[in-house]
Amino acid sequence: MSCCDNKGGKDTCCETKEAPVGLLDANESRREFIWDAVKNFTFGALTLTAIPIFVEKADAEEVHTNSDGKEVKGHTVLFGYLVDTTKCIGCGGCMLACKKENDVPDGEFRTWVERYVYYKDGSVRVDANTKGTFAFTELPPIDPKEVDKAFFVPKLCNHCLDTPCIQVCPVGASYKTKEGVVLVDYEQCIGCAYCVQACPFGTRFINTKTNTADKCTWCYHRIQHGEKPACVDVCPTGTRTFGDINDPESEISKTLAANRIDVLKSYLGTRPKTRYIGLTAEVV
Amino acid sequence: MTHQAAEFIFPNDMSGVAWTVMIVLYPYITGLVAGAFVVAALYHVFGRKELAPVARFALAASFSFCAFATLPLLLHLHQPQRAFFIMFMPNFTSAMAGFGFIYSFYLTLLAVEILLVFRSDIVAMAAGTGIKSLLYKVLSLGVLRETAKSKQIDAKWIHALSVIGIPAACVLHGYVGFIFGGIKANPWWSTALMPVIFLASAIVSGIAMLIVLYVVYSKVRGVKVDDECLRSMMKTLWLFLILAVTLESLELLNMAYEAGEEWHILSRLVTEKLRFTFLYVQLIIGSAIPFVLLLIGWMKKTSPRTRITLGTISGLLVLVQVLAMRFNVVIGGQMLSKSFRGFVQYVPEWYGREGILVAMGVFTLPFILLIAVTQILPVWKIDAHDH
Repeated sequence: MSCCDNKGGKDTCCETKEAPVGLLDANESRREFIWDAVKNFTFGALTLTAIPIFVEKADAEEVHTNSDGKEVKGHTVLFGYLVDTTKCIGCGGCMLACKKENDVPDGEFRTWVERYVYYKDGSVRVDANTKGTFAFTELPPIDPKEVDKAFFVPKLCNHCLDTPCIQVCPVGASYKTKEGVVLVDYEQCIGCAYCVQACPFGTRFINTKTNTADKCTWCYHRIQHGEKPACVDVCPTGTRTFGDINDPESEISKTLAANRIDVLKSYLGTRPKTRYIGLTAEVV
Repeated sequence: MTHQAAEFIFPNDMSGVAWTVMIVLYPYITGLVAGAFVVAALYHVFGRKELAPVARFALAASFSFCAFATLPLLLHLHQPQRAFFIMFMPNFTSAMAGFGFIYSFYLTLLAVEILLVFRSDIVAMAAGTGIKSLLYKVLSLGVLRETAKSKQIDAKWIHALSVIGIPAACVLHGYVGFIFGGIKANPWWSTALMPVIFLASAIVSGIAMLIVLYVVYSKVRGVKVDDECLRSMMKTLWLFLILAVTLESLELLNMAYEAGEEWHILSRLVTEKLRFTFLYVQLIIGSAIPFVLLLIGWMKKTSPRTRITLGTISGLLVLVQVLAMRFNVVIGGQMLSKSFRGFVQYVPEWYGREGILVAMGVFTLPFILLIAVTQILPVWKIDAHDH
């Protein structure tokens, strides 16, 4: 439909076409033309801006298979991750699985496991299995008689709600999906490493294979199909739980509701979606 | 029982620091740009007529450094072919996204101001034939005639650009400081003072560089160093040195006095890891000694000969100080593992794209350009109406 078909209101297209130059005051017609152009442009721009907003909203509320394998409808999916440190045995299977699943180069980590050992003399030993071997076998053995308590803390990207990494990315290569997963666009990343500096948790690194920033994606390629991240799947003790925290019936939501939950470095206000059970003050 | 945790760095920190000497060099060069411009502005805007002998040279120096300010960044990027994404698809929540625009604006401003300042000379030299006059014809941008009125308009524009250039220089360098100051994850960087500290140290380094270059060039040209000009620069340098060091010390004092959660690791950073570059080089060799030397140097009683010696030595020391300051901020901040339990090992790389040798090479380029500019344009000429 051309604009000249519009019989209702004032039609700018026809008017400007029909107004013979010279009969009308030239200035008047020019002013009108510009004003109409501004109006039309604004209307058009607003419409074009609004369409994607509605589309996106509709899309997020569509039927979605969540990571519990259930179909969810009528609410926006928001993924979350829970680490129950009281269950972790430090086998490092999650690290190996992650490395294999995501082709993570040696010496670079999307996830790792820290070990906290509290000695009777008041000292705390913190270390991590970084050699990519099974369990903590490469590290010196610890005499249980000298120890008050010891536990493992798996670490990964916190997929924060208020992310400093997305904030600082100069080209918008770091972004958040509608399900709250923080990702890096490897085709757009310029490799400035500003996000590596901005992440308070040390979970970002420059991948020496791709020469871009890299981090845990919660295995986005898997969770899109209703699967769980590789680290969650492989964990033999159920330390790691992943799911839709907007769905009150999901396993993660139930565990979150029933326990005392903590996040890392809460004072920085990044609002992590990776949450923890069983942290102590020494865990950062 | 209070627990004392032993050394531990996050596993991703084991591969070393992400920002290398190139990111030390980048704020160093932009600092020199801003600092040299301030000297030109002191003459053009604030009426410090005694600076006339270096006013033109200061602009040329500022431009030469500005022309290469982006090179270290380009060498640092892991995907340098995507460098222009920062201008084509900027994410404006990033402090870094403004870089392309601020930098382009400033480089353009400098180029235009230089062309206007040197217009009379360019027009005069464009007359005639031959390759040399062709170069000046290009530089004249096709305007080969000058009238009293055009000169008046040029003078107005030079003044206006100098005025705009001052806040622009503050933005250019304050922004660099904000890149670090706005990172809440790093307690060594995260302070609102950072942009001001960067700005003060930038001015310090720019004046110091001009003092050294002015003395060296005067020797090379066999011309007497203008005593009033040198004295004025030394006095200004002394003033800004006090400002810069006060701010830097205040920042550290505040951290130490508040002694928050991170102070246990920051105090170790300062006293162990940065003992040499911070305590010795930045504070003692680069600040305390030049403070005394400059104070003696700018006093009226001091003989011009002594003044030249004191000015050159303190200028060089201050240049080393500011380089050390950049290192202590950029590398020092990254030595801090986000675990706040240990230090990232920094091993300076000599060869390679981001190595020290390439960095040294990059740093010589502005000087080569500056030499070229001094050959092409009469940077040492003092305009008749200026005096």
